[in-house]
Amino acid sequence: MGMTMTQKILAKHAGLDRVEAGQLIEGRLDLVLGNDITAPVAITEFDKAGLTEIFDKDKIAIILDHSTPCKDIQSARLCSQARDFAKRFSITNFYDVGQMGVEHALIPEKGLAAPGEVIIGADSHTCTYGALGAFSTGVGSTDMAAGMATGLSWFKVPSAIKVTLKGELQPYVSGKDVMLHLIGTIGVDGALYKSLEFGGEGVAQLTMDDRFTIANMAIEAGAKNGIFPVDDKTRAYLDGRVTRAWEAVEPDADAVYDREVVIDLSALKPTVALPHLPSNTRTVDEVAGTPIQQVVIGSCTNGRLDDLRRAAEILKGRKVAPGVRCIVFPATQQIMLDAMAEGLINIFIEAGAAVSTPTCGPCLGGHMGVLSDGERAISTTNRNFVGRMGPVSSEIILASPAVAAASAVAGCVANPQSLMG
Amino acid sequence: MKVYKYGDNVDTDVIIPARHLNNPDPKALASHCMEDIDASFASTVEPGDIIVGGANFGCGSSREHAPLSIKACGVKCVIAASFARIFYRNAINIGFPIMECPQAAAEIQAGDQVSVDFQAGIIVDETSGRQYQAAPFPAFVNGIIDNGGLLKSLKARGVAK
Repeated sequence: MGMTMTQKILAKHAGLDRVEAGQLIEGRLDLVLGNDITAPVAITEFDKAGLTEIFDKDKIAIILDHSTPCKDIQSARLCSQARDFAKRFSITNFYDVGQMGVEHALIPEKGLAAPGEVIIGADSHTCTYGALGAFSTGVGSTDMAAGMATGLSWFKVPSAIKVTLKGELQPYVSGKDVMLHLIGTIGVDGALYKSLEFGGEGVAQLTMDDRFTIANMAIEAGAKNGIFPVDDKTRAYLDGRVTRAWEAVEPDADAVYDREVVIDLSALKPTVALPHLPSNTRTVDEVAGTPIQQVVIGSCTNGRLDDLRRAAEILKGRKVAPGVRCIVFPATQQIMLDAMAEGLINIFIEAGAAVSTPTCGPCLGGHMGVLSDGERAISTTNRNFVGRMGPVSSEIILASPAVAAASAVAGCVANPQSLMG
Repeated sequence: MKVYKYGDNVDTDVIIPARHLNNPDPKALASHCMEDIDASFASTVEPGDIIVGGANFGCGSSREHAPLSIKACGVKCVIAASFARIFYRNAINIGFPIMECPQAAAEIQAGDQVSVDFQAGIIVDETSGRQYQAAPFPAFVNGIIDNGGLLKSLKARGVAK
């Protein structure tokens, strides 16, 4: 019986010839990640357990992105704690205000994730790096502390769902629509404990940013991880970013899957997720006209350069509707610079949008765009649970950058295809 | 004791909203536990109470603050039809008892008197007289629990220093 991509990577990191679904293994880690909310809890546990050694100062990354630039005294104290730990252990990949970016955009950009690697992060969207053919999964703070101390983590080998992509995306349809469609199809626990293994002829025409978006939301279907095969686009992305050796894996022809979901990209329409679950999906036309008060364009899901280009294409020469607050968050400093060079930031500001330094900000209702009672936002983020961005009476509709931008112009949920013709 | 009963997909944002994550002190977390799904929970919960949930309990974020806040309230355990993966790991790692049992989750009602034997995985609904067997943990996980948590068990093995 053959193995899936995920199973092959786990087998290799456990020093085994083969593994099968359900097997418990202990695997070597290539990277352990945490942020300003999760690293402090890990550090406190690390110290409480009396630990004094870390496994490798080059294989730990601490990125201060959730509440930064610090929104209050509590957040500032948490950042101090993380900063002190990074200094104590000479952590190479410590990113503070001014150098940081949203972690799941920054890590690939800095070449810290490569095909075939095993990465754990104390943040549920760590699954993002599966876009590069790595096994990458979210864990809690105690797991992060254990990973930092030992360079090992225990895993239950997952079974897999095969996601076969065919055809090609239509104008104004992107990776976000693919993933919302998939989550709407299988549900928020449709992939519980499993890996989502993407493949098919449709992969080749997805940009890397599309793949990051898709892998980023694997957790929203309950998956342990999402993973893409490595192709020329992956290699082009890695070129100049990763200098260490890496090894891609392909699924065996006789790998076993729990089920297969086939998605015809050509048939996909712009898709949104209504409150209060990422699986509560509709095509945008079904809910066009729903009023909104805030638009968020950014995040680890959709804050990359392609995302900003798609939003700018629609906002160019247009204005954000009266009564709508549109906030744009380029996810890293480099993305900000590239967006500036392409004139995208001018387009956003001239349209009447606010542009922010990289931060997770309103995605989790922390700062930089919290909602008031009864308000509704359309957002390129990844979760729309009750109370996520404001009081329990506020609502979030999840969407792609193109749909979010079109909605900002219309003042209500809008189909970019209608706006752009 | 009393049972608090909720439905499917009780997510980490309702268990402990992100606006409260910048104070990881257990007492502070306890004071906001479940506030966006049940505003009365934090002020009425008492040590020994039990939470019963449906499918996919704890879905969403990896925040360890979620099981930490429930534990800090003195909740004895969470019984659910199924648990989201990261919440499951986190609960074990912090030594908080969780029990997976779809039948118990469906049949136990708010207000029932329930007792649990976590070691044996047995749930007894004293009000209905029914007894349930929760899904057992893998031996490896029992090892973590027996050693008092993940970091302690790694130290005992000499893997963490």
